[in-house]
Amino acid sequence: MNFFIISLIKVAVVAFVLLTTLAYLQWIERKVIAHVQLRVGPYRVGPHGLLQPLADVVKLITKEGLIPSHVNKVFYLMAPFVAVTLALISISVIPFGPQITIGPVTTWMQLTDLRIGILFVLAVSSIGVYGVALGGWASNNKYSLLGGLRSSAQMISYELPMALAVAAPLLLANTLSFRDMVNYQSGYWLGFIPRWNLFPEIVGFIVFLIASFAETNRVPFDLPEAENELVAGFHTEYSSMNFAAFFMAEYANMVTVTAVATLLFLGGWQPPFPAPYSDVVPILVFAIAGLIALFHGLHPARRMDKFTLPATALVFLGIAAIFGLSLFVPVLNSILMALFWFCGKILFLLFVFIWVRATLPRFRYDQLMRFAWTFLFPLAMINLLATGLIVALTTK
Amino acid sequence: MTAIFFLVFAAFAVFCAINLVVQTHPIASALSLIGVMGSLAVLYLQLGGEFIAAAQVIVYAGAIMVLFVFVIMLLNAGAEGATFQVSRFVKYFGIFLLVGFLGLISFIIQGAMPKTDGVLFGAFQGTSLDVGRKLFTTYLLPFEVTSVLILIAIVGAIVLARKEV
Repeated sequence: MNFFIISLIKVAVVAFVLLTTLAYLQWIERKVIAHVQLRVGPYRVGPHGLLQPLADVVKLITKEGLIPSHVNKVFYLMAPFVAVTLALISISVIPFGPQITIGPVTTWMQLTDLRIGILFVLAVSSIGVYGVALGGWASNNKYSLLGGLRSSAQMISYELPMALAVAAPLLLANTLSFRDMVNYQSGYWLGFIPRWNLFPEIVGFIVFLIASFAETNRVPFDLPEAENELVAGFHTEYSSMNFAAFFMAEYANMVTVTAVATLLFLGGWQPPFPAPYSDVVPILVFAIAGLIALFHGLHPARRMDKFTLPATALVFLGIAAIFGLSLFVPVLNSILMALFWFCGKILFLLFVFIWVRATLPRFRYDQLMRFAWTFLFPLAMINLLATGLIVALTTK
Repeated sequence: MTAIFFLVFAAFAVFCAINLVVQTHPIASALSLIGVMGSLAVLYLQLGGEFIAAAQVIVYAGAIMVLFVFVIMLLNAGAEGATFQVSRFVKYFGIFLLVGFLGLISFIIQGAMPKTDGVLFGAFQGTSLDVGRKLFTTYLLPFEVTSVLILIAIVGAIVLARKEV
């Protein structure tokens, strides 16, 4: 019974945090791209547009869910459901931190640990393509169909280099479980270089990252929704919450892929510095961010909006104070440190995704396919073979 | 608990298999086949063959069926109409006769087979370690021969499909 209650609480927390993150990821993306292009981005709803996701959600819910008359109704309605379900399900095997003890309860910061966790994520992502393909086909629209077909061809092609890139760290760690994978990456070479898979597997990491751009249909590989050729691609005929479901699936896939990259290559929740130094980093980061915000918020040259930045500064300083206090409470410290480093790495990778979107133009379709089959796939293969050779030579 | 899961997914597999044959539209049939494969994967998982279950989903549901669906979409195959007339006798008695016939066959086969113990949930040792070890020692030759066979099939398909330049 105890197990059920703890699991329910964990599921509720993870679901709430994940859905909020998905809503705000879109705000972050719009803001980052806006600043790259020297605009201000969403600014009207709430301070600095902070309530924009809420407004978007209300807008999408209250819009009419139009079903075009020429669609195949069953599959048309099933497609967004399939897409969003398969996108959200992977989070259940992602570990966020180590084993923790709160009072009488000892639990892992993870919903469930499968012995084949990595295979599970690969399996779910490989059937995730049905949402897009079905949606494109059921819309009974040439643009949608082309988008769906492109998406399936692209995802099948890029699954190969992705799986090969994933296999290399598996060879090193000799496990398929995310938990053991992160434990394998704990500790430091020479006392200061973290034992992450990133350093021996830098090629694999880059291949994985490139393939994950294609798997999540993001720029520069967003051919399924290339708006200058295909209107909006596979979701041309979708509106209201059905459209929102596809949108949510894309962001959820991004979160999953970055979490997997973090766990396989960047050491999961393991900090990059030995413990006494890494514990100070979050305090410094939040304190400096708070002080900068305070300085700019109270600067006399600032005429408008003298409220938002100081308020943000107070929040940041408060977080810094919590991290400072946690140094004296070991239970809190283990939770906060793991969360800080894990979320920090994921946010950094998400920022890279957005950064690339703001920077790179879209590939042409033949370039996309040629890149996957003649460059990425051989590269991943060579990387895997080299890793296998090294593992075979170093283990008895 | 495991028995309930077994019943649910076994029933789902049978339902999808019947649906696969009954549906007139190729896409609906293909999706039913994916349902069959998914529920089979769950049954493997219950037996303890976790690697087989994951491979089932990745290879069959994730790769092969995506290609099937891809080809159906490219050909834009429509729904099939009823191509033959069914007599009144078949319409009213066919399903009962069919069920009776299949029941008879399964009864005879069960009687002819030697009695064995039932399969236990989780009794099968199918971790990825075991599968990998077997694949790289005992079954190395069949495994490699199969991959060469598949390669030959791919080359053959390309040769057949290629237009003369």
